[in-house]
Amino acid sequence: MLDITLTVDGVTRPLAVDPRTTLLDALRERLDVTAPKKGCDHGQCGACTVLVDGRRVLSCLTLAVQQDGAQVTTAAGLGEGDGLHPLAEAFLDHDALQCGYCTPGQLCSAVGMLDEAGRGHASHATADVAAVPTLTDEEIRERMSGNLCRCGAYANIVSAIREVAS
Amino acid sequence: MSTPAMAYERATDVDAAVAAVAGRPGARFLAGGTNLVDHLKLGLLDPDLLVDVTRLPLREIEDVPGGGLRIGAGVTNADLAADPRVRASYPVLAEALLAGASGQLRNVATTGGNLLQRTRCPYFQDVTMACGKRDPGAGCSAIGGVTRGHAILGASEHCIATHPSDMAVGLAALDATVETAGPGGGRTLPLTELHRLPGDEPERDTVLEHGELIVAVTLPPPSPTARSAYRKVRDRASYAFALVSVAAAVDVRDGVLHDVRIALGGVAPKPWRAEQAEAVLRGAVPTAARLGEAADAELAAATAQGENAFKIPLARATIVAVLRDLLTEELA
Repeated sequence: MLDITLTVDGVTRPLAVDPRTTLLDALRERLDVTAPKKGCDHGQCGACTVLVDGRRVLSCLTLAVQQDGAQVTTAAGLGEGDGLHPLAEAFLDHDALQCGYCTPGQLCSAVGMLDEAGRGHASHATADVAAVPTLTDEEIRERMSGNLCRCGAYANIVSAIREVAS
Repeated sequence: MSTPAMAYERATDVDAAVAAVAGRPGARFLAGGTNLVDHLKLGLLDPDLLVDVTRLPLREIEDVPGGGLRIGAGVTNADLAADPRVRASYPVLAEALLAGASGQLRNVATTGGNLLQRTRCPYFQDVTMACGKRDPGAGCSAIGGVTRGHAILGASEHCIATHPSDMAVGLAALDATVETAGPGGGRTLPLTELHRLPGDEPERDTVLEHGELIVAVTLPPPSPTARSAYRKVRDRASYAFALVSVAAAVDVRDGVLHDVRIALGGVAPKPWRAEQAEAVLRGAVPTAARLGEAADAELAAATAQGENAFKIPLARATIVAVLRDLLTEELA
């Protein structure tokens, strides 16, 4: 077992982990932080997405020991105090979910994605990768393609993100 | 069944990382982990030591004196795709990176790790299937099986898996070189010589020795008159591996193809430099007919595995389409 420290949603959480433990399992099984969800556990669905030092990552495909010292933000820690993050409000306003299982991952992914877009990063949907892209619906869909929604709430997820982006 | 213990070390310098892995047959380097961690879960890999190389000072993208870029092996796919120099001067690389995986994965996956990721052949990833890439000498379950995603070029009777990287296909078209550190010292080799064809040793994806670590990838200076692009054809619009992909760079001077470089993805066990097609085009005046002849020359050696026969005409059409788009003015 190795001693590591994670700061999860602003709270410092020291713990000892087996090196094989993923960040997702450390959060859910060891620290009782259940906002990130285990969908496929193979990096194919995006339900486990969290922000590590502000960047969106799949917590199922990174080992907890590798994230020693990191600031981890889950969907539960996105808002200020007890308030909801504007994206979470927008998801409610736009009916951007049905069962909700993918939603924490969608929210963390969208926060990270808007930050990337705000810094002018291109995407596969950007016609000229040298230019600063405009966040069209096509751009939002492409940049969110790593988050699957089995309920098929994609149209409303796009409209919720579009509202916060603009 | 108990899981054997696995140790973890965080490397602080390159030499120590190399020594730690080289001295232990069961040790592996760990970079972003997006493929390796999955392999631990799938039971494909059972290392007794992981040496984490993500905190090594290999995360810079430096200008090379005289032109070109030296990309540290630890630079993430996201950071590389976002670099203004890559976006402006090496669009084929930015486009290839952005065609791969998802935003979350690109934030973690590294340049070195991307090159060393392993095939997504479903038979390789399923430990209940015989696979010579996983178990040397075990044969190939894919041959005669579900072969829709498999290779049409460079395969052998021992393995028909494809290399999954998009980035590597872009790098192959750019004449990139790979720099390593190893137990016997470092070396620099062309990216196109990093990966090897399966032959009768499908377990060896690359020419690297155990303990040899990729430390950087270098791009030569961009030609000011070159144009480049990457096109990926896949089963869905995003977040899927390539059925066929094409990276191409053309440099037209005085109406003649002064230089042309073409690499193919999704069709071979390695990023496939299309030298036969290039030979048809280099020095030629580009015409629609000649683009087709070039593609045919490359694909003359293509062999279908049954279900993947569609890849041969798809590769032909994609090669022609990418070149046509890059040569719109000349073909008008």
